[in-house]
Amino acid sequence: MLLSGVVYGARDQAHRRFAEALERGEGLPLDLSGQVIYYVGPTPAPPGRVCGAAGPTTSGRMDVYTPLLLSCGVRALIGKGNRSPEVVAALKEFGAVYLAAPGGAGALLSRCIKEMEVVAYPELGPEAVYRIVVDNFPVIVAIDAEGNNLYEFGPSSYRKKNSA
Amino acid sequence: MGKIPVSLIEKKVAELCVEANFDLPPDVEEALKRALQEEESPLGREILKDLWENLRIAREERIPICQDTGMVVVFVELGQEVEISGGSLTEAINRGVARGYQEGYLRKSVVSDPLRRVNTGDNTPAVIHYEVVPGNVFRITVMPKGFGSENCTALGMLKPADGVEGVKRFVIGAVDKAAANPCPPVTVGVGIGGTAEKALLLAKRALLRPIGSLHSDPFLAQLEKDLKEEINNLGYGPGGFGGRFTALAVHIETYPTHIAGLPVAVNINCHASRHKTWVWDGESDE
Ligand code: SF4
Repeated sequence: MLLSGVVYGARDQAHRRFAEALERGEGLPLDLSGQVIYYVGPTPAPPGRVCGAAGPTTSGRMDVYTPLLLSCGVRALIGKGNRSPEVVAALKEFGAVYLAAPGGAGALLSRCIKEMEVVAYPELGPEAVYRIVVDNFPVIVAIDAEGNNLYEFGPSSYRKKNSA
Repeated sequence: MGKIPVSLIEKKVAELCVEANFDLPPDVEEALKRALQEEESPLGREILKDLWENLRIAREERIPICQDTGMVVVFVELGQEVEISGGSLTEAINRGVARGYQEGYLRKSVVSDPLRRVNTGDNTPAVIHYEVVPGNVFRITVMPKGFGSENCTALGMLKPADGVEGVKRFVIGAVDKAAANPCPPVTVGVGIGGTAEKALLLAKRALLRPIGSLHSDPFLAQLEKDLKEEINNLGYGPGGFGGRFTALAVHIETYPTHIAGLPVAVNINCHASRHKTWVWDGESDE
């Protein structure tokens, strides 16, 4: 699947701050309702480029915050690696999807990024929140709104029994 | 007795940091190519093609292979007969890292304190391992280590009675738990023996061996082959979406250990197995 449009880049510390802000009853620094979150911490843009390498980071670290963000209306998440049962349940509850981008292909993916700017927490450097415009950004539906999970059924068809 | 100015070391470390992040060693690339030819899963082949294309773009356009340009692990072999002149070697290495990460537009991924988490802004400090060796030699290897794979590290203090089977179960279990997180296909470094920290260091060093090189001890070489086969039977494949190539290689390093122990450590590297080495040529230039 090729994705085009706006996604918001946010990773560990940004998620923590989102959760803390919500806990204090302050609301999020930007409206994420109906939006897509991409777990990414890009490298700095070299002169003349929109961004540096910008591939997905391991999603599992964001698991503890994800049900909360889905309850705020986030519709899709982009990252790499499997999610916790709680996230799968929340995806089903809120009708959202988890998309996987090819892990470790940061240079390749940077070509699909047309705009990138920091929109919150600039002091976090690579962990700030970015507004990113993507064009034909390749993703795979990893977990759908029914809970079908490619990270489970994909490997199972290639799994062979070991002696140990 | 040779003399190496710290300014030269700083410059070389900066260059190694940049080159390591733009350009994978040829053995890694070769291993990925072989995997692409042999992978059974169509989606797995697509991922391998993407990774292959990614390496080409990184090299040609001077963009980092991966956005996680890592925390820098440095291995130094310092000859007993060599004099380092002009200042602190450790500081020179860290200045080199800061310079390389600045000049190469690499990501600064280090926080000054693990709990309070404020970014140091220049990717320092590095984690430096020194080894003093005989002779008039100086060799330095820079290994930017991403944490998608580093977080999958495992240490097991097994019992001697657990034996080879116990070691295999532990290693396969660690890779099974890592699943898609370390961006397979991975290289698996296994350290067996010594003490806890020795086993971990052996596992990390094992990642520096050329991919696919077998251990010189036939018994351990066989264990490497068996482990690779059994790890690939887990079925994760490229990207963890299913396939034959979860591991490109398994490298084992061992050390004598205590009569009561069998330490085993697993350190995983993603396909972006980045490392570059500079060997001093014996001339005190610059
Ligand atoms: S595991 Fe390796 S390839 Fe994957 S995101 Fe981390 S550094 Fe990059």
